[in-house]
Amino acid sequence: MILLACPNCGPRNASEFRYGGEARPRPDLNAVSPEEWSDYVYMRANLLGVLREWWYHRAGCGLWFIAERHTKTHEVTATYVWTGEHV
Amino acid sequence: MIGLIRQGLSGRHPLRRRWREHELQDRYDVVIVGGGVHGLATAYYLARDHGITNVAVLEKRYIGSGGSGRNTAIIRSNYLTPEGVLFYDESVKLYEELSAELDFNVLFSQRGHLTLAHSDAAVRTMRWRAEVNQIQGVDSRLIWPDEIARLCPHLDLSDRPRYPIVAALYHPPGGIIRHDAVVWGYAAGADERGVHIHQLTEVTGIDVEHGRVSGVRTNRGRIATGTVLNATAGWCTLISDMAGVSLPVTSHPLQACVSEALKPFLDVVVVSGSLHVYVSQSDRGEMVMGAAVDPYQSYSLDATLDFLEGLSGHILELFPGLAPVKVLRQWAGICDMTPDYSPIMGFTPVAGFLVDVGWGTYGFKAGPVSGKRIAELIATNTTPELIRPFRLARFAERALVGEKGAASVGH
Repeated sequence: MILLACPNCGPRNASEFRYGGEARPRPDLNAVSPEEWSDYVYMRANLLGVLREWWYHRAGCGLWFIAERHTKTHEVTATYVWTGEHV
Repeated sequence: MIGLIRQGLSGRHPLRRRWREHELQDRYDVVIVGGGVHGLATAYYLARDHGITNVAVLEKRYIGSGGSGRNTAIIRSNYLTPEGVLFYDESVKLYEELSAELDFNVLFSQRGHLTLAHSDAAVRTMRWRAEVNQIQGVDSRLIWPDEIARLCPHLDLSDRPRYPIVAALYHPPGGIIRHDAVVWGYAAGADERGVHIHQLTEVTGIDVEHGRVSGVRTNRGRIATGTVLNATAGWCTLISDMAGVSLPVTSHPLQACVSEALKPFLDVVVVSGSLHVYVSQSDRGEMVMGAAVDPYQSYSLDATLDFLEGLSGHILELFPGLAPVKVLRQWAGICDMTPDYSPIMGFTPVAGFLVDVGWGTYGFKAGPVSGKRIAELIATNTTPELIRPFRLARFAERALVGEKGAASVGH
């Protein structure tokens, strides 16, 4: 069971949220090559360890935010609002 | 009787070991990482069809301890894309011959497979699947509630459920199999032909020199080799990372459970794409039940209450009579999901490093055909036509397969 602290609503069961996958910087659309774009679209780090990832509070306030979660122990070490810079 | 007593007193098991233990050699022609059905089948067909026997299968725990021993053992070929249907159909045919081929009963029971449709949209997809299947010569057709009731009288076909059953895709050759027996049979067959199966042998690194594989490091020492096959599930990214090959994979747990044993009442496999459940009754009478992958990526093998609640609710929609039945065990396996619900097989940018990964929720049913075709790829150093659609390069070439007939996909 994962308990996630929504930055707005506080700790809630993970079933209230939708998972958004790895948080990664998007390449510069004006400078990216087709190969780099393919890598960005399809390839994943699929990390075993603490992953920075997107979550969406679907059954709550509707916020997309970042969580840092260990992908084996499910320990959540931080949740915060994305500030607009690349993560 | 006297023989039995003598045997009992002798303290020795009457059957020989099906596979032996070996010292780790410092060189093998082919090293296969992962001792599941894919890895062992590849080793078996390498030895049987191509005479390549200087092969090691490395397994970090015991053979069949990963996805091969954790799946719900369903075999079918009624997929949605022509590539998928052709591929899984060959797999079903290999499974049909497997008991005779391996001289080991794998208990393949082709009891029929029903995929339920709960909406007009689902009926349309089923009709599409049936047409694709029939053109490829696979026995598969759309049936309506009267025939569903004859095949499976315990299903709730009334309009009481939230999602009433409208129709079903009926696939008579589909069924279930004893998954451990498949692993053991391939292991015995490979061992007999000279393959070394190394259990409790964990890969810790892969050596790449000038873009070519030169060896594998393990907890028991280094092996020099020019060919490494990554046939792992769950950990395929971690093994590929060792060779410096990126994969379009995210790993999600897939959970399943079994109930206490009941008298036999269900002799077909029942699947609902809309409700994300599948259920069959094992030879021991247990209801074997599974669902979609967990909604977040993870390497955890823990069971969750969320899953059990969701699954039970959906199973009771289909079979209200199971309400008093108790769940006996619940477990998880790790599924490597790809963007197009299709596997990744064959060459990678590193010469000599091959993959048979990304098997999502459908790896077990493809074990024999993958083994056979990957063995052919290794022996001939060319990609067989049947598995060409599943090459790693398809992502860069934007030629995805899009297999929405996979188990965790709704329609």
